[in-house]
Amino acid sequence: MAKIPYKWYKLLAVLLLGYTLIYGLLIPLPTDVGILDETIRNLFYHVPMWFGMMLILMAAWIYSILYLQNQNPNHEIIARSLTYSGILMGLCGLFTGMFWGYNTWGSPWTNDPKLNGVAVGMTMYAGYWLIQKSVNEGEKKARLASVYNIFIFPLFIALIFVMPKLAKFSIHPGSGESVNFKTYNKTNNMEMVFYPAIIGWTLFFVWIAEITARYELIKQRKENEKLFA
Amino acid sequence: MKNYLLNIMLDVVPQPTESLFRTSGKIFVVVGILTIIFTLITIYLVRLDAKISKLENKGK
Repeated sequence: MAKIPYKWYKLLAVLLLGYTLIYGLLIPLPTDVGILDETIRNLFYHVPMWFGMMLILMAAWIYSILYLQNQNPNHEIIARSLTYSGILMGLCGLFTGMFWGYNTWGSPWTNDPKLNGVAVGMTMYAGYWLIQKSVNEGEKKARLASVYNIFIFPLFIALIFVMPKLAKFSIHPGSGESVNFKTYNKTNNMEMVFYPAIIGWTLFFVWIAEITARYELIKQRKENEKLFA
Repeated sequence: MKNYLLNIMLDVVPQPTESLFRTSGKIFVVVGILTIIFTLITIYLVRLDAKISKLENKGK
C-alpha cells in the first residue's frame, strides 16, 4: 500500500541529483548577481528544499483529507511520513538559508517576511509532531493529526508564499520589489540545472518518506499480530 | 584618455567568477567529494529499501 509501485522514480531521483551536484558546481554563472557571486549556485541546493517541501506537504495534506474521508489507516501513515519528510526538507532549507544568509548579509536571521513566515510555519508543524507523540489512542491521534494537518497547510502556504509576495520589500526573489530569474543576464542557463534539481530533490525525499511509511506499516502489523495472538 | 585606460583595465581584470573559482581547477576535488558522499548515501538507502522489502515479504 505504502510502497510506490514504480521503482524507476528512485533511479530518476539519483540520476537527477547526481547531475545537479556535479553540473550545478561547474555551470558558468551570470555575471550580474551582485554580492551573491558564486553563492548563486545555492539556487540548486537551498531553493529546491523549499519547493520540494511545499510539494511534499501538499501530498501529505491530500492524504490527510483522504484519511478523514475513508478512514483507511494506511493513508494516515502515508500522510505522517510525508509530513515528517517535508519537515526535514524545511529544516534543511532553514539551516542552509541561515548559513547562506550569514555569509551574504552578515546575519543568519534578517527581518525578512519569508523568514518570519517560515519560523511561524515550522512551529505549526512542530505542533503536528507533538500531537503525533502525545496522544496515546491510535484512532483519536490519527483523526486529530489529520484535522490539524488539513488546517495548517493552507496557513503555512499563506505565510511563506502569499504574505511575502504582498510585502513591500523582501530580500528573497519573487517577493515584493526584489530580483528574480528574469533580472539576471543570460550568459548561462541556470534553469537547466534548477528544474531538474527541484524534481530530483523532491523525488529523493519522497523515497525517504516511502521507506518511513513502509517501516511504520510493518511496525503496525507486528503490533496487531501481538494484539490478536 | 583616463576613461579609456580604465576601460582597458576593467577588461583585463577577470570577472569574479573566473578569478576565484576556476583558476586553480581545484573545484573538481569538491565535485569528487560530493559525488562520493552522495554515492554512499544512495547505496545506504538502496540497502535499507531492500531490507524493508524483505521484511514486507516475510510478513505475508
